[in-house]
Amino acid sequence: MENKMKLEFEALAENEGFARVAVAAFITPLNPTMEEISDVKTAVSEAVTNAVIHAYEEKGGTIVIRCSLEDSLLHMEIEDFGKGIADVGQAMEPLFTTRPDLERSGMGFAFMEAFMDSLEVESVLRKGTCVTMEKKLGSVLWSDCEE
Amino acid sequence: MEEEWKVIDHYLMIRLPEEVDHRSCAEISRRADHMIMDQDVHHVVFDFSDTKFMDSSGIGVLAGRYRRISCFGGKVYVIHADRRIRRILKMSGLTNLVEMIEAEEHVSAEGR
Ligand SMILES: Nc1ncnc2c1ncn2[C@@H]1O[C@H](COP(=O)(O)OP(=O)(O)OP(=O)(O)O)[C@@H](O)[C@H]1O
Ligand SMILES: [Mg+2]
Repeated sequence: MENKMKLEFEALAENEGFARVAVAAFITPLNPTMEEISDVKTAVSEAVTNAVIHAYEEKGGTIVIRCSLEDSLLHMEIEDFGKGIADVGQAMEPLFTTRPDLERSGMGFAFMEAFMDSLEVESVLRKGTCVTMEKKLGSVLWSDCEE
Repeated sequence: MEEEWKVIDHYLMIRLPEEVDHRSCAEISRRADHMIMDQDVHHVVFDFSDTKFMDSSGIGVLAGRYRRISCFGGKVYVIHADRRIRRILKMSGLTNLVEMIEAEEHVSAEGR
């Protein structure tokens, strides 16, 4: 099975929940576990929230999510065209944040890394950031076991 | 689902919403700080009974309230957090700062 989707939306806080649910709906044909759905939702939420808060500083802009499913592998790219990250290595360190004033705690990338199988971040200052993540889903296929 | 907020004996009880994310967190922090100042709150209890989703935004809310009240000897408690939320709190190091109360211990105290 191969499937893909692209989602483009405004960088608003109220769209974060929508983005989570849209990606969760896209992966349901694979029969992911509740745990896997939560993992993907958390990763989407972290990347989209970062675009809203950091890339566009809550002033809005465009966020694009591209997902593809090949067999049981979810490939997901979450892209913004905002301010970019000066030092990606430092940004990805747990507890590193540039916005303690907004009560951010620097755990977003750590959660993406923990809940997905792979995480890559590409960023160019004043051009934007693209977060690429992959995860193998539905690793337990009951129909395969019983028949 | 209506979130319940009440102060009992200097304890502020906050029943968190179903989704603790960027959108809901600004208001939770603002309202909590207002009640901490206004109603002589010493300790804060975050009740996750209704919560089905939390991301890093929730970490900021808990850590922020901890910072606000711990300097006066106050404590932050977490109740009814499911396995996933406990894992997220643990990963962020918050379990070292807040008191985690397991659901069983609280059945009688909750009266239901
Ligand atoms: N899309 C982005 N555009 C620009 N800067 C970003 C972007 N994503 C992350 N950053 C930078 O990387 C830092 C770390 O991100 P991370 O998500 O790990 O933590 P945080 O957002 O600061 O806090 P938390 O996610 O715990 O609320 C941010 O503080 C910000 O400076
Ligand atoms: Mg973040």
